[in-house]
Amino acid sequence: MNELPAGTNRERGLHLLAEMLRIRQFEGRCAELYGAGRIRGFMHLYDGEEAVAVGVMQVLEKDDAVVSTYREHGHAIARGIAMGPLMAEMYGKRTGCSGGRGGSMHIFDAATRFYGGNAIVGGGLPLAVGLALAEKMRGGRGVAACFFGEGAAAEGEFHESLNLAALWKLPVVFLCENNLYAMGTALARSESQTDIHAKAAAYGVRAMAVDGMDVFAVEAATRAAAEVARAGQGPALLELRTYRFRAHSMFDTQLYRDKAEVEEWRKHGPLISLTTRLKAAGLMTEEDFQRIERDADAEVQAAVDFAEQSDWEPVEDLARHVYAEVRPQ
Amino acid sequence: MTPSTGTRITYREAVKQGIREALSSDPRVFLMGEDVGKYGGCFAVSKGLLDEFGEERIRDTPLSESAFVGAGIGAAMAGMRPIVEVMTVNFSLLALDQIVNNAATLCHMSGGQFPVPVVIRMATGAGRQLAAQHSHSLEVWYAHVPGLRVVAPATIDDARGMLRPALECPDPVIIFEPISLYNMEGELTAAAASTDLSHARVHRPGRDVTLVTYGASLWRCVAAAEELAGNGIEAEIVDLRSLRPLDDATILASVVKTRRVVIVDEGWRTCSLSAEVAMRIVEQGFYDLDAAIARVCSEEVPIPYPKHLEDAALPSQARIVAAVRGMMKQVQ
Repeated sequence: MNELPAGTNRERGLHLLAEMLRIRQFEGRCAELYGAGRIRGFMHLYDGEEAVAVGVMQVLEKDDAVVSTYREHGHAIARGIAMGPLMAEMYGKRTGCSGGRGGSMHIFDAATRFYGGNAIVGGGLPLAVGLALAEKMRGGRGVAACFFGEGAAAEGEFHESLNLAALWKLPVVFLCENNLYAMGTALARSESQTDIHAKAAAYGVRAMAVDGMDVFAVEAATRAAAEVARAGQGPALLELRTYRFRAHSMFDTQLYRDKAEVEEWRKHGPLISLTTRLKAAGLMTEEDFQRIERDADAEVQAAVDFAEQSDWEPVEDLARHVYAEVRPQ
Repeated sequence: MTPSTGTRITYREAVKQGIREALSSDPRVFLMGEDVGKYGGCFAVSKGLLDEFGEERIRDTPLSESAFVGAGIGAAMAGMRPIVEVMTVNFSLLALDQIVNNAATLCHMSGGQFPVPVVIRMATGAGRQLAAQHSHSLEVWYAHVPGLRVVAPATIDDARGMLRPALECPDPVIIFEPISLYNMEGELTAAAASTDLSHARVHRPGRDVTLVTYGASLWRCVAAAEELAGNGIEAEIVDLRSLRPLDDATILASVVKTRRVVIVDEGWRTCSLSAEVAMRIVEQGFYDLDAAIARVCSEEVPIPYPKHLEDAALPSQARIVAAVRGMMKQVQ
C-alpha cells in the first residue's frame, strides 16, 4: 500500500475522501433509481474510478475547461456541479443541468465550463483541442482537461487530436482513464500496444502512466501536466490506470471478465485504500468516516427530492435550443 | 435593379473578399483547413491571406478532418468565430462525426448553454473531371440534420455576402461552394455586403414554369430559360440559396404564379433535396399545380472521369429544356 504523501493533514485527507464518497453514494442511489425506473436510457457508473476525477479536479481552476465522456457523473460532481441539477438531469427533468435533454450521458454546465459528457468514443478530443486553441489565441492561461477511456485510443480522433495539440502546442491535458475494458473488450484484445502513454510519445506529447487508484498520485501527476500546459509547452497525456467495479452499463452481464478479477481490484479500491491509510496515520476515526458518509447520503437524498419534485419540460418546448435563442457575445 | 459597384470579379475572388472582410472586422475570426496558408487554398481562394493576416489566423492543418473540424467546433463554443475550410464535401465525410454528433447537437443537448457558432466551408459538385471521390453533391446529407444551417451561394453577390451573416449566426453554418463556379466572372453589386442567410430568391421572373434549383445548377437553369424564352416559354427561376431551412414561402409563391415546377438538383434523385422540395410543394400547394412535378437530377452513378460521361451524368441545359417542354406538352 502506498504511503500518504508527506505533509498530508487531516483536513486534506478528509476532503478527498468526502469528495470520492459523494460520487460513490450518488451513483449507488442512481443504480437503485435505475432499478426503480426513475432513471432510464444508458447509464454508466464510475464505481472504482473515483480517485481519478477527484485527483484531477483538485488541480483545475475556474477558467479551465472540462470535456468528458458518457461515464461522467464523477467528473461532474468533483468539478462542482450541484447534485440537485445533476440528479434532475438523470431523471430528464427541466431543472437538470442540461435542461433534461441529455440525461446520464450528456451532463453540461456553462458555469463550471463543463463541455459535456460525449457519448461518441473519442468524439470529445477534437473539442478539447478547439477549446485549448481558443484559450491560446486569446492569451489566457487556462487548460482544457479532456477525459476519455482507453478504448478511445483505437479511434482516429485520438491520434488526430494528439498530433494537432502537439503541433500547435495547445494547453490540453489528455486524461486517459484506462479501466482495461472498452465495454466488454479487454485492452489486449484490441490494441497492439497496450501502453497507451507510449502512443502519445510518438506525437511528442509528454506522457506517463499513473496509479489511478491513488488520489494523491493522480493529483500530483495532473498538477505537473497542467503546469506544462499553462506554461505554453503544449499538451500532456496521463494514462490513469484504474478499474470499474460495476458493469459497463446497466445492461451488461459481464461475461467477459472473472468475478475473482473484480474482487481482487476491489481490495485495492480508491476509497478503501484512502480510508485505510488515513486511519493508519491517525488522521481519521471511524466516527469521522460515518459522519462523512451521512453527509454524503443527506446531500444525495436532497438531490433526489429536488429531482422528484421538479417539473417535466412542457412538450411545447420540444424544439427549443435546436437553434440558439441568444446570440453569443 | 440593384445598384452596381461596377466591379467584375470571379466567384473565387468574391469568396476571398468575404473572408478578408471578416478577418479585418472581427479579431475572433480565423481561417483553418488543409492548405489554406502556404499553398493559398486548394482552389486558390485564400491566396495571399497568410501574408496579410499571419500564421495565427490563417492556419494550415494536418489532413485530419475530424480533428480540425472538431477543433473549430470547440473554439466556437469558447467564443471564437472560426471559418473551417474542408477541401470538398467528399472529404467532409471524415468529419461527419464532429458535424452531425457534435456541432448539430451540443446546443440542444446542453439546454442552450453551448451554441456552436462555427462556419464550415466546403467545395462541392462536379464538372472538372475529378471522378467519383471529388465530384459528388452531398449537400442533402447535411440539410437533413436539425441543428445545422446549410447555404449554397450560387452568385457572385452570395459568394461574397453570405459569410458575414454566417459568422454572425450563433448556429453552425455549412457553406457549399460549387467547384465549377470558382472561375465564373460576374458583377459584384452593392447588395453583396448585406446578403441574408435563410431566404430563397427569384433569380429570373417568368410566368409559365418554375425552375427550383441551387448552386451550380442555377446557371444551367439560366441557360435553359434563355433557350425556352426563344420559344415563347417564360421560366421563373427560384434559387434556393438556403438548403436548411428551406424557404417554403418563396417556392410556393412561385408555384401559385406559374402552376408548373421542374426541380433541378445536382444531387442524386433518390432521397434528394429535389424530393424534399417536391413533397413540400405537394403538401402545401397540390391544388395550385397544373402538371405533375418534374425533376432533373444527377444520374444514379458515381460521377465518372471522362468528359462525355460526366456531362451525361449531370443535369444539363438540354435535359432541363426537355423536361419543361414535356411538361408544357402534357398540359396543353
